[in-house]
Amino acid sequence: MSDAGVADEGGLDNSRRKFLTIAASATAGVGVVLTAVPFVASWAPSERTRAAGAPTEVDLSKLAPGQMVTVIWRKQPVYVVHRPQEAVAKLAAHDGSLKDPQSESSDQPAYAKNEMRSVRPELLVLIGTCTHLGCLPKQRFEPGGYADLSPDWPGGFYCPCHGSRFDLAGRVFAGSPASVNLRVPPYSVEGSTLYIGKEPASTGAA
Amino acid sequence: MANASAAKPGFWGWINKRLPVENFVREQLLEYYAPKNFNIWYFFGSLALLVLVIQLLSGIYLTMFYKVGEATSFDSVEYIMREVDYGWLIRYLHSTGASAFFVVVYLHMYRGLMYGSYKAPRELLWLFGMFIYVALMAEAFMGYVLPWGNMSYWGAQVIINLFGTVPVVGGGLVEWIRGDYAIADATLNRFFSLHVAALPLAIILLVALHLVALRQVGSNNPDGVEIKDSKGPDGKPLDGIPFHPYYTVKDVVGVGVFLIVFCIVVFFVPTLNGLFLEHANFEPANPISTPADIAPSWYFTPYYAILRSVPDQKYGALLMLLSIVAWFFVPWLDRSPVRSIRYRGWICRLALAVFTVSFLVLMYCGLKPAQEPFVTIARIATVGYFAFFVLMYWYTKWDRPRPVPARVSYHHD
Amino acid sequence: MTKRCVFVLGLVLAGAAPAAEQTAPAAAAAPAAAAATPVAGGKAEANAGGERLEWEAWRAQNDTSNVASLQQGARNFMNYCVTCHSLKYMRYSRMASDLHISTEQLQQNLMPIEARPSDYITTSLNAKDAVAWFGKEPPDLSLMARARGVDYLYRFLKTFYTEPGNAAASYNLAFETEAKVHATVAMPAVLSDLSGVQTPVYDDKHEFVRFESTPGRMKPAEYDAFVRDTVNFLDYVSEPAQVDRRSIGIWTVLFLLVFTWIAYLLKQEYWKDVH
Repeated sequence: MSDAGVADEGGLDNSRRKFLTIAASATAGVGVVLTAVPFVASWAPSERTRAAGAPTEVDLSKLAPGQMVTVIWRKQPVYVVHRPQEAVAKLAAHDGSLKDPQSESSDQPAYAKNEMRSVRPELLVLIGTCTHLGCLPKQRFEPGGYADLSPDWPGGFYCPCHGSRFDLAGRVFAGSPASVNLRVPPYSVEGSTLYIGKEPASTGAA
Repeated sequence: MANASAAKPGFWGWINKRLPVENFVREQLLEYYAPKNFNIWYFFGSLALLVLVIQLLSGIYLTMFYKVGEATSFDSVEYIMREVDYGWLIRYLHSTGASAFFVVVYLHMYRGLMYGSYKAPRELLWLFGMFIYVALMAEAFMGYVLPWGNMSYWGAQVIINLFGTVPVVGGGLVEWIRGDYAIADATLNRFFSLHVAALPLAIILLVALHLVALRQVGSNNPDGVEIKDSKGPDGKPLDGIPFHPYYTVKDVVGVGVFLIVFCIVVFFVPTLNGLFLEHANFEPANPISTPADIAPSWYFTPYYAILRSVPDQKYGALLMLLSIVAWFFVPWLDRSPVRSIRYRGWICRLALAVFTVSFLVLMYCGLKPAQEPFVTIARIATVGYFAFFVLMYWYTKWDRPRPVPARVSYHHD
Repeated sequence: MTKRCVFVLGLVLAGAAPAAEQTAPAAAAAPAAAAATPVAGGKAEANAGGERLEWEAWRAQNDTSNVASLQQGARNFMNYCVTCHSLKYMRYSRMASDLHISTEQLQQNLMPIEARPSDYITTSLNAKDAVAWFGKEPPDLSLMARARGVDYLYRFLKTFYTEPGNAAASYNLAFETEAKVHATVAMPAVLSDLSGVQTPVYDDKHEFVRFESTPGRMKPAEYDAFVRDTVNFLDYVSEPAQVDRRSIGIWTVLFLLVFTWIAYLLKQEYWKDVH
């Protein structure tokens, strides 16, 4: 017979054919998705990357008041500042000239969503990347006059690339090209050691 | 016809006007008539295509994590095996796929020998297939060097030294291939480029040509009967069935069975006791320590056994080259009026049997060390191997074939 | 009918695969209790009388899913082997995670003080000293189980001996048989205080018959378990993914069996048309 496609021998044949085609296609589809899983998963950060992304440790006892140290965590610069008590007390004073004094739209852990953007007043931990276009802001901690800042500068950070200004809690001043406060990474303090990238034990995360 | 599909409204009409998608599907799948009597030997072509896809996919992913370099290759393979999520699976897919490729391709080639699929007008189809085979061997050889294990190093050393047997230019040729005075970083790097980029492109191109040539002449079948000689009143071959849905649905079953065997190996015996992943290759390349028994991968061992059969390195290499070249001449050596072994006489059947046994014996001997009794057995098998090709010109003419039917024999399963 | 043959072939291969694995240097899924126990054919005791010790038939028969055995093996390795041998592709944290060892236990029992859990397992022995003391650098053991096979490693650790009258020279029967030369092995018999010092007993044709051993700190059965656990651990280290691999494999093959059966039914259905 040249015509191998036989005419429909009754609804039964065709519906069985249809059912089996759907069953086979569905199973094949599931198989394709399951096969994709290892390939997609292989792109996730590997164990080597995860190990390299382990928490960075900083010895806080070595940090004097007013001093800042820059460390690397997950290939990003992190500023660790020992803020003097007087500076922290004055943080609320210039809330009016900030774009986001309550840190509503910026990126920080829940325990850093406060006036001082930190778990303890004298410690400031920030991702040292300007939220405008990614340059590293420079430290301008002393209140008062700098050549490129106004005389009532309360102390903070100044980004040389496009002039964004941030206070001593990393909050962005109005008039800056950046519109979001500097990011705070997850961190916890145990004794006198700061662990950047490690959540505090009380929040339940490891 | 083209206008009909292009005139369709909507998305597909728009596409078909600009790219002959529907025409292609219709001509190549719905209106391509293949013989209805394909048996199990006819699965291996589509399976070869599947393994090619597996190798390309797993290979591309391996390249994302592999770091080529004398100092880094071996470590990066262990990185893939241990630290990349599912890296071990991607690696095993690729190593098993390499061996699976040759299993499938050898069975595919054997089908061609049995049913005379190389005879006119399919000679070019056969030649493209032979070029794919040679390219595949080169690809596998270079791929094996990349992990930079001890067998990678010494296998490369032995095979590249063979090029030194070429008269006059041999010495310079070897150094030119290596890019250094010994197998080194330069060799590894260029093999990486050839294995990842150049040869896959060549193989894909050759496979495309192979398929186009096939579509041009149509498939052979186990009876060797030309189905286009018996057409019905509608112009379709009486013994043909449209490729889709009959062979698409049948090939899917073949794929399923293949994947079951393939996955059993990948997940349960990926090294296959040293046959698919040699023990010596789990030690890094060491230029001052040769493995106890250097042997190439199993799919090369028939030719390796032929090489070792001759005490002289130069003539051994020449004989090995001839043993591969012989395959190319089969369409012209075979003078039998009959295509398929089913209708050939006892002489041709005996010859094929001798070849089959010789090839398998050579494969086994090639895996063994070059000692007695394997040396003598390999020599006898070499004679059997060459007898099949060299004498073909005469025994295919002397053979008394049976009458070939006009129509294929088909038994409903 | 040919389809059925192929199906059966597949199932036979599925059954043959575990059998093939038994002969392979890879770990065999052998029955195992909580800790590795000596099995017949791996006799730890030297044979009495003139009966030849068939050490070449000894098999490791380890089970890498036996976590208790692996934990013991890890401890053995850290206490005895890591002084000279590194496991440079294995991280402490990975080992702890796979072997269900807590971070505290890891840091107290298995790690040096200055190491971090994410570090690779290195040895404190430096290469120059090793060459000066032993003649060659002790090889990294991450892949030794795959390179030489678990059975070889098991035999290696149990066939150290010294020639009578020459206690300083270290020989090893498994090593010699593999290398096909009677020569000292670079590794000293560091476990001989556990196993006792073995000396060979030869017959009239100077063929090896059995070992005689001084008493060690461990009884023969204890030492045998020690070696089995250590070899099991090395098998795990050579391929940490192997337990996952097998369990994913079972599901994969089952899925493929179901799919192929459905596809076969579909094929039969369509091919009813063909005559």
